[in-house]
Amino acid sequence: MAEASTAPRARHGSGLNLRLWLPLSWVTLLVVVAVFARWIAPHDPLAQDLLLERLPPFFMSGSEPGYWLGTDSLGRDVLSRMIYGAQIALFVSVIAASATCVFGSVLGMLAGYYGGWAERIISRLVDIWMAFPPVLFAVLLVAVMGTGLTSVIAAIALIDWTRFARVVRAETLVQTRMDYVDSARIGGARRASTLWTEILPNVLPTIIALLMLEMGIAIIVEAILSFVNLSISTDDPTWGSMIAEGRNAIHFAWWVLLFPLIALFFSVLSFSVLGEGLRQRFDPVLQ
Amino acid sequence: MLLKTLITRLLTMIVTLFGVAVVVFTLVRVAPGNPIAMMLPPGASEEDIARLTALYGFDKSLVQQFFIWLGGVVQGDFGTSITLRQPVDQLVLSRLPATLELAAMALVIALLLGGTVAVLGARNRGTGTEVGLDLTSGAVLSIPDFLWGLIFVLIFGVLWPVLAISGRIDPRIEFDFATNFYLIEGLLRGRFDVVGSTLSHMVMPAMSLALPLAAMIAQLLKQNLKGELVQDYATIARVRGFSETTVILREALRNAALPTIALVGVQFTFLIGGTVIVERLFAYEGLGNMAIDAVINRDLPLIQGIVLLFAAIFIMINLIVDLSYTLLNPRLRHG
Repeated sequence: MAEASTAPRARHGSGLNLRLWLPLSWVTLLVVVAVFARWIAPHDPLAQDLLLERLPPFFMSGSEPGYWLGTDSLGRDVLSRMIYGAQIALFVSVIAASATCVFGSVLGMLAGYYGGWAERIISRLVDIWMAFPPVLFAVLLVAVMGTGLTSVIAAIALIDWTRFARVVRAETLVQTRMDYVDSARIGGARRASTLWTEILPNVLPTIIALLMLEMGIAIIVEAILSFVNLSISTDDPTWGSMIAEGRNAIHFAWWVLLFPLIALFFSVLSFSVLGEGLRQRFDPVLQ
Repeated sequence: MLLKTLITRLLTMIVTLFGVAVVVFTLVRVAPGNPIAMMLPPGASEEDIARLTALYGFDKSLVQQFFIWLGGVVQGDFGTSITLRQPVDQLVLSRLPATLELAAMALVIALLLGGTVAVLGARNRGTGTEVGLDLTSGAVLSIPDFLWGLIFVLIFGVLWPVLAISGRIDPRIEFDFATNFYLIEGLLRGRFDVVGSTLSHMVMPAMSLALPLAAMIAQLLKQNLKGELVQDYATIARVRGFSETTVILREALRNAALPTIALVGVQFTFLIGGTVIVERLFAYEGLGNMAIDAVINRDLPLIQGIVLLFAAIFIMINLIVDLSYTLLNPRLRHG
């Protein structure tokens, strides 16, 4: 297995490049839009104008110039809300996914490396956590911690750590049994330091691939919690709260649902394709 | 050997359920908001509050409350819902059939759709069709049930409104249900208007839940089929003149299905977990929808009961999958 990972890997044809560049372009676009939101957004995302409520997007009759994607039931500009929504989506995905990743990976590595009681306790916790329906768990946690972005991020980390812990534990277990670990130990390395200096670098590719996938999941969880009305205040321009608003006004202004849905769709797809691509690249079994 | 596995698994199951009980009990009690205060009209007297607090046992210590509740649960008494003022087990059992019908329908769709795509992919292996199917199932897999639900609502609920987007059945239909299994009862009693209406309400939520699982089955089963199709017995069948499709359906499928079962089981628990938000999205009167309302209303006994039931279902499914895998796999049975 150790030889396999250093062997030159076959190219998978031209499809590979598109699978890298398309999602990467979308994520770059999101980052640019989020960073320059203040200068790009044509309107204030919170400004209400009841005279301009439920304006259709530019390709339909009755649209108003300057409101390219129409307005919602309170006359707020959909495009501007989407642009500011990208800020929140990226913020949640980066922070929540990183927190989940650190929390879950550390527990997974400890369980895989030390075995014994550490492993038994962590595995039992994973079992208990996996027995909860995740959405209900998230809703419950946010109810406990109070609504707000911090609670949403904490809820994601407190629920999804199992995803990392399970995979990282298995991977660490495989690595711990390899010769290089024994050599390091014989060479006089301390047990704890071997974990961080020898094993972590080898488990890291798996962790990074999972982190990518988790970024997509975090965006969805935020949207779900906004939809259930538990994320941040409905005034705030998140894609989830726009979707909730669009679902309510679906028979009068379906575009309020359509555009944030498209944004969510491509974001989740992009993170997932990037994560899956990384996973296949680093997975010695698949090579 | 099998008996020993079974006993170990049952013990682990009880420990896990106990853990779930502790976690959910603690969580709902550290949540801010006094459920008793929410029940009473503003301006209720101190005595009224104290009386109700005592009635629901909220005046005792947390540990005492936990064991009183757990003692009841063991005897089948899950307490009384604070907002709906009915026994939790009755409420939960009245909603469970809706969720079971939805999840079962989603599973059937996922198996049929995923199985068909897998067979098509294996039949056309090495061609552009296989690549196309792989790319499609890869993309379908990354989109979660919540987004599929929204996409369906938009397409079939609004832009081309052919399906119902909320509820479980058309409220104008008059039918005296003996059970809450609308679909099954409609079928058994030959009321096809009931069946039709139930189906038109179920198709979209069931499809939303089914698509990611179907994509996963398609990928895994195809991989396993391709592994089987290079085996000697497949070659022999071909030499004897059977067509490729026959070889796949008659010979390879049975062997390839076994490793797929283990995965489908775990993924099916994720599907059931997904019913919570999908039911909410389609205002489908199932258990998950009730659970979210219970959290919003701080209905502690109801939340606890529903979470415990979900946990028990998940654990049971995992157990059944493990056992059937062991029973069906001769290598493990004699190993």
